[in-house]
Amino acid sequence: MPEGEVVFARPAALEDTPTHYCPGCTHGIIHRLIGEVIDELGIREITVGIAPVGCAVLAYHYFNFDTVEAAHGRAPAVATGIKRVSPENVVFTYQGDGDLAAIGTAEIVHAANRGENITVVFVNNAVFGMTGGQMAPTTLPGQVTTSTPTGRDVKVDGYPVKVAEILAQTTGAAYIARRTVTQPKYVRSCKKAIKTAFKTQLAGLGFALVEVLSTCSTNWGMSPMEALRWLDENMIPYYPLGDYKVIDEVKALP
Amino acid sequence: MPTIVIDEDRCKGCQLCTTVCPKDLVTMAENFNAKGYHPAKLEDPEGECTGCTMCALMCPDVAITVYR
Ligand SMILES: Cc1ncc(C[n+]2csc(CCOP(=O)(O)OP(=O)(O)O)c2C)c(N)n1
Ligand code: SF4
Ligand code: SF4
Repeated sequence: MPEGEVVFARPAALEDTPTHYCPGCTHGIIHRLIGEVIDELGIREITVGIAPVGCAVLAYHYFNFDTVEAAHGRAPAVATGIKRVSPENVVFTYQGDGDLAAIGTAEIVHAANRGENITVVFVNNAVFGMTGGQMAPTTLPGQVTTSTPTGRDVKVDGYPVKVAEILAQTTGAAYIARRTVTQPKYVRSCKKAIKTAFKTQLAGLGFALVEVLSTCSTNWGMSPMEALRWLDENMIPYYPLGDYKVIDEVKALP
Repeated sequence: MPTIVIDEDRCKGCQLCTTVCPKDLVTMAENFNAKGYHPAKLEDPEGECTGCTMCALMCPDVAITVYR
């Protein structure tokens, strides 16, 4: 082992278990950031995660804290129940765009609007990854998927759903942001946002969500590196990064 | 001396770490690891690594440990 101080290593909140994710899948980076934030806030012993249906369905194998599996799209409802019964716990959901923005749209809108004191990490990779790359509500106009072989036609399929923008309109939401993890500077900024989303809950300020633009190179039909660049060039213009709602109490958080 | 250690058998050969090293010290190895991927490797004969953590920040598999 080299001399010197370890300045970067696996966070304690992440199990030392190899993931099933495809090479270069940014689900892995997002998992790690959650682990780092939980370590830094010292909340591993009181955190409960809610895993989705989607490629992150096995997240409970990877997080080193209690994790519950929810039915497809129902993670916000499960989180609501756990948080209300056990408010001393820190409760967060981890959900893909098929999970949160298709089958689970009702749950997430109402959880946000109730100002439910939970944290949501929303992974938008513009497809249903787990089931083979079908169109998701978030698929870009013209984007080729296995169920839109000639590209998403907005006249037939409607327009991609902008989750951060929509949820920012709910009265109950305290913190809504969009980030990505395609470059080191974005990874740092994403970690900060996830930390703010957890701090919002710890301060009892209400609903917090970070949408993270993520890659699915396997279903996009690209190499992992091409997928990062495709996201930068195509997804960020449609889904601009930024803070969509930050209430004053969140702004004032230390 | 700052350096990194890549857990070769954890690596999935995705190359995400290779393009962000400001000194181009991380490249893909010729050999295969236990998973069947070409793992990333550090080639740093001059001791140029500053331990900046850029490569580790991008690794989806937490295969990189950084020492400074
Ligand atoms: C009730 C129900 N309907 C449909 C499915 C099939 N299904 C499994 S995962 C998934 C979508 C996953 O996509 P996403 O949430 O974007 O996650 P990703 O796999 O891309 O990370 C669907 C439709 C299911 N498991 N249960
Ligand atoms: S199918 Fe896509 S989202 Fe699922 S693990 Fe592979 S790259 Fe990631
Ligand atoms: S980012 Fe990680 S998994 Fe990908 S090539 Fe580098 S060390 Fe291997």
